[in-house]
Amino acid sequence: MGTISLKNISKSFGSTQVLNNLNVDINDGEFLTLVGPSGCGKSTLLRIIAGLEQQTSGDVLIDNKNVNRVRASERDLAMVFQSYALYPHLTVRRNLETPLRLRDYNAFERLPLIGNFSPSKKEKTESINQLVNKTSETLKISELLDRKPGQLSGGQRQRVALGRAMVREPVAFLMDEPLSNLDAALRVHMRSELSELHNSLKTTFVYVTHDQAEALTMSSRMAVMIDGNLLQLDTPQEVYDNPSSLSVAQFVGSPKINIFKGTADSGGTVSFLNVNLKRKSSESNTDLHIGIRPEHLEITNESNENTFSGTVAYRENLGSDIFFHVNIEDGSNKIIVRGLPQFTHQISNGSNVNIKRVSDKALLFNQAGMRVQFTNA
Amino acid sequence: MEAKQYIGEGWKHAILIIGAIVVMLPFYMMVSMSLKSQQEIQSISGGLIGAQETQTFPVCVKTGYSEETCTMKPYQYNYWFAFEKAPIPRYLMNGVIVTLSIFIIQVLVALPCAYALAKLRFYGREFVFSMVLFCLLIPVHGIALPLYVMLAQAGLVDTYSALILPWTISVFGIFLMRQFFMTVPDELIDAARMDGMGEYAIVWKVMLPTAIPALLAFAIFSVVAHWNDYFWPRMVITGNRDLFTPPLGIREFRGGIDSDEFGPMMASIVTVTVPLIVAFIIAQKRFIEGITLTGMK
Repeated sequence: MGTISLKNISKSFGSTQVLNNLNVDINDGEFLTLVGPSGCGKSTLLRIIAGLEQQTSGDVLIDNKNVNRVRASERDLAMVFQSYALYPHLTVRRNLETPLRLRDYNAFERLPLIGNFSPSKKEKTESINQLVNKTSETLKISELLDRKPGQLSGGQRQRVALGRAMVREPVAFLMDEPLSNLDAALRVHMRSELSELHNSLKTTFVYVTHDQAEALTMSSRMAVMIDGNLLQLDTPQEVYDNPSSLSVAQFVGSPKINIFKGTADSGGTVSFLNVNLKRKSSESNTDLHIGIRPEHLEITNESNENTFSGTVAYRENLGSDIFFHVNIEDGSNKIIVRGLPQFTHQISNGSNVNIKRVSDKALLFNQAGMRVQFTNA
Repeated sequence: MEAKQYIGEGWKHAILIIGAIVVMLPFYMMVSMSLKSQQEIQSISGGLIGAQETQTFPVCVKTGYSEETCTMKPYQYNYWFAFEKAPIPRYLMNGVIVTLSIFIIQVLVALPCAYALAKLRFYGREFVFSMVLFCLLIPVHGIALPLYVMLAQAGLVDTYSALILPWTISVFGIFLMRQFFMTVPDELIDAARMDGMGEYAIVWKVMLPTAIPALLAFAIFSVVAHWNDYFWPRMVITGNRDLFTPPLGIREFRGGIDSDEFGPMMASIVTVTVPLIVAFIIAQKRFIEGITLTGMK
């Protein structure tokens, strides 16, 4: 089992409030990602779960047991750190053995030399060796066991750090931005490996990242945190399609969602620039923010009441897609439009282009940044 | 390389060579005098090793040895008489006992202190650390008298304890190790805690191994200072010659039976300094690493 519940967790350092009354229920075997911009308190929350930090108020429950007063080492959680935090003076094998030695050997058996006289030590050493060998085979680090961490590459250190967490077979894994020290290609590769690992271990993973791409690709659910508040907790697809607020919509998705200034008239009909959405919002007679993701816009030759025009300021070619950064004519804002290379390769910086909406998709937010629903389809 | 660069490099080397000579000269004199006879020393003749003529040494005869025993070459006489006149091995052993005990206890005290000051959050930490810095400013000689009185009251004068106890808490050590521990990432300590280590285990099993270079630097500061210390042993070792440390031992040769005899005196000094020089040469690389690492001195 590996359920973790956080109830009304608050944390402040002096007068600075870092976490604001958070409630999260993490299910057994789930891959939950805590995602948010740096400084949003997500790492602090993870450290509170781990027991490395004490919450100012609220309760942490692991498998329905309150662990507020339980020390980090006794919570049976394993943590993987951003800098890997391997013991630099020990070989990989000893690094992997350390948590097991501390758990299995008693104080006498840990003594150098005379500890070997304990009759039960041999048996325990056997089982530790087996676990280390099993884990290192799973992670394909068997040939590295006799090296020191300083002689390993970033990716190899990452695996060793994972291994050190895995050998103990903990109730849950806590990961604090474990991929952010790797280079881009390796990071993408490790994402899939972590997902596979999660599938085969079927243990709870709590994963902290500031990279929304990692959250979207790996997690079963993601919790978006901004400024110490939990804004939305849902599946990645739901968070992407149905963000609960403007900040979530802006944080999730790359390139960023385009925000237009729009209005809802007295009947609730929504429009922006010269474009009428022909849909009604639940709030009428007010200014609104209208969010449209880059993939829901397209460059077109048409010019009619459903299009608006602008000047290409910058062309970002990713190979499979080209993103155009376009200054809209009235100068109000800069938007990003996705184009397929085969249709848009001739468009260069400085061209005037017309833009239309590809699908009906749009997200409405009121002035306070909260989501507003459409009343008709 | 162009000629111009050669000249530039040449200047640097010339200056460094002059500096090296200034530093080396006393050592040269010491070694040279430990090999020559008294006449050659006083007349400043004979170069590095003197003529090495076999002769009979009057001071030796006055001490009560037979003329036959006292007839030998100067270098033999100097070293033989140094060891005859004073129990130099005993002094060296005392030096080893005292400096090692001091260093080991200093480490036992300084590492946990430094760890607490660098990595644990507790009320008053900054105050405690400022007191450590404050203690760095107190000169030893300023508190020597009260320390002596305290040791005398405790009946510890003329014991190893008197030589060791006052030095066991090294604020310099605490400060140096604290500065080093500040550079150890917090995540390493958190990882150790997650693995199930207690705070003391973290100090000895995680912090100590990572701090070896800094510890070595501290070891050399500490060992050199206490091996060479003359002031404190002179104060607390008043009668018992069996407790003399090497610098006190050298003093035995000052003002002998009728005159200062420099040959045996210098021979004893060579014997006392050689262990330190050898230790320094062995540890040299690590020593320099340790200092650049912490940016101290």
